[in-house]
Amino acid sequence: MATENEIIQQLADKSYEFGFETTIDMEMAPPGLNEDIIRFISAKKEEPEWLLEWRLKAFKAFQKLKMPTWQHFELPEIDFQQLSYYAAPKKQAKYNSLDEVDPELLRTFEKLGIPLNEQKSLAGVAVDAVFDSVSVATTFRKELAEKGVIFCSFGEAVKEYPDLVKQYLGTVVPHSDNIFAALNAAVFSDGSFVYIPKGVRCPMELSTYFRINAKNTGQFERTLIIADEGSYVSYLEGCTAPMRDENQLHAAVVELVALEKAEIKYSTVQNWYPGDKDGKGGIYNFVTKRGICKGANSKISWTQVETGSAITWKYPSVILAGDNSVGEFYSVAVTSNKQQADTGTKMFHIGKNTRSHIISKGISAGRSQNIYRGLVTVGPKAAKARNFTQCDSLLIGDQCGAHTFPYIESKNPTAMVEHEATTSKIGEDQVFYLNQRGIDTEQAVALIVNGYAKEVLNQLPMEFAVEAQKLLSITLEGSVG
Amino acid sequence: MLNIKDLQARVEEKEILKGINLTINPGEVHAIMGPNGSGKSSLASVLAGREDYEVTGGSVTFEGKDLLDMAPEIRAREGLFLAFQYPVEIPGVSNMQFLKAAMTEHRAHKGLPPLSPKEFLAYVKEKQQLVEFDTQLLNRSLNEGFSGGEKKRNEILQLAMLEPKLSILDETDSGLDIDALRIVAAGVNKLRSKDNAFLIITHYQRLLDYIVPDFVHVLYNGRIVRSGTRELALELEEKGYDWLKEEMHLQEPVQ
Repeated sequence: MATENEIIQQLADKSYEFGFETTIDMEMAPPGLNEDIIRFISAKKEEPEWLLEWRLKAFKAFQKLKMPTWQHFELPEIDFQQLSYYAAPKKQAKYNSLDEVDPELLRTFEKLGIPLNEQKSLAGVAVDAVFDSVSVATTFRKELAEKGVIFCSFGEAVKEYPDLVKQYLGTVVPHSDNIFAALNAAVFSDGSFVYIPKGVRCPMELSTYFRINAKNTGQFERTLIIADEGSYVSYLEGCTAPMRDENQLHAAVVELVALEKAEIKYSTVQNWYPGDKDGKGGIYNFVTKRGICKGANSKISWTQVETGSAITWKYPSVILAGDNSVGEFYSVAVTSNKQQADTGTKMFHIGKNTRSHIISKGISAGRSQNIYRGLVTVGPKAAKARNFTQCDSLLIGDQCGAHTFPYIESKNPTAMVEHEATTSKIGEDQVFYLNQRGIDTEQAVALIVNGYAKEVLNQLPMEFAVEAQKLLSITLEGSVG
Repeated sequence: MLNIKDLQARVEEKEILKGINLTINPGEVHAIMGPNGSGKSSLASVLAGREDYEVTGGSVTFEGKDLLDMAPEIRAREGLFLAFQYPVEIPGVSNMQFLKAAMTEHRAHKGLPPLSPKEFLAYVKEKQQLVEFDTQLLNRSLNEGFSGGEKKRNEILQLAMLEPKLSILDETDSGLDIDALRIVAAGVNKLRSKDNAFLIITHYQRLLDYIVPDFVHVLYNGRIVRSGTRELALELEEKGYDWLKEEMHLQEPVQ
């Protein structure tokens, strides 16, 4: 019978499934961050003047902003001058069909389980694949266009729908929001753009798959989703990166805009390389995600399954401006080895009768630290605002930590804000009970953890829920004796 | 079926089992009685393979194989079942999902494919009637919020489904009212056959009114100090355990 230590050893030795590297001709900017690089990126992307101006404004803001100090982990020194801010597959130009895409790239995505060939794709899911900084392919565009749905790379959107981009870019996450958001605004290279017209229910799930491949680069993508009045869209993002000894920076920005009676459901399965068992390597994931329920009766729902990254720093938020609007946040964050996750949400209640619902499930194993940080604010005009927050922490082993920092600020006496929190441990008793019924320890832990996270996993589109369940099991493989 | 020879075990530094000898044959029902702290539940835990217990001597063979060499899940798949004194709760894992996982593992061990959902449902339904188990409880999280009686009945339902060769019932009667006790006992009686065996661990004689054992053993201070038939249980019921303790102390040198 394997002892606890042996099993932990097995876990530590287990390799990250997506850690391979693709060899492909890349065009890379030299390391360094300055105005010239920003002009270079903007020129490469043939951007209009207003966008370059916006980038430069963001860069000025970035230079004045300081690194955050309030997080519950030691923030490593990041030398922004050492990174390269542009990396793209060389033969890129513009693909008219998948046949023109470098087959090596297509193989990479196949290997990741993201076939870009529409015949092979998951039924009912359109995918935009982003490799390093550049969108490689977007599937099912024709079918979507018939409904008037725009789903394309950010770069194309700037060229083809400049008015929409100009109208909404930076309206939810301003260029000076925080140091990472400002950095992103200055150097972002690509990302996804979605527009759902009035009254349209998007006929399929939209999905973006991000892959960091190149060395010593950062990935800075931007996603902008606009759901016009009475529309609905469900959007999913996934991500992986090769295993490297150095840390890599990922600083993304996601902006969601829901107009009257619109609904956006945004799901993330985050599986960036977490580093090895000693905490060497791994992605620093500093992400700013925010949505605004601009119109009355609109709804934004964030669901995230966070299993990767050496450091995760993200707080998908909702600004509940429209009356009767609803914000939701469902999260499972798993940390093992030396991973650190400081994640949670912010709900800003501004309109009347606004409601928010927060379910956070943290799972910590190994020597990891798992932090929930949440802010619920109720403004003076948010009469009868309601919030319910539930934060659960599950500990595996006795060397990890779980912390909860919920902040609540209410300026309206009619508001009702509730917070519940629990902490539990995977008991040896639970594992033994399942063992005694013929279920081995690996599967027992998977069952227990998936049971614990069920409320959140149930929010994911079905294909991805299955993926997420597997991912949870893999991440925690062997972490219980 | 089960052959225990001079089994010794400890938890941390404490000697718990000090040389147990016991043979159980197919078709037999054995009861183990004894005062609190005598090592009854420890024996069950050691047989099932709980990690906290360290076997320091002796041997156990189960169907001719070395039981102590097997991981807990292998012991289970080989046909050793422990009905827990305190069944655990597992939130978010439905009873059905759990039963399916357990069944699948047991079948795979025998080289059988998993049951189809339809076959599985029919099988659950059949067994569930045997132990009068509420259908609603099947869809709830495993044991979560179950009453004491419901948890124990769930143990017997699992027993019925997994069809073990040897079932160890660890104080299954504790915390049961008389009606629940009757239902549980009736379930066990229906499952008795010439091919399987039961080891019933109990503090009180009461359960043995319903599940009549072939043999009764008294465990005291880590050893089986007396074996007999059902009459022994009745004698204990009448006289309590104190006389035994006195008798034993007379025999053992003062420590």
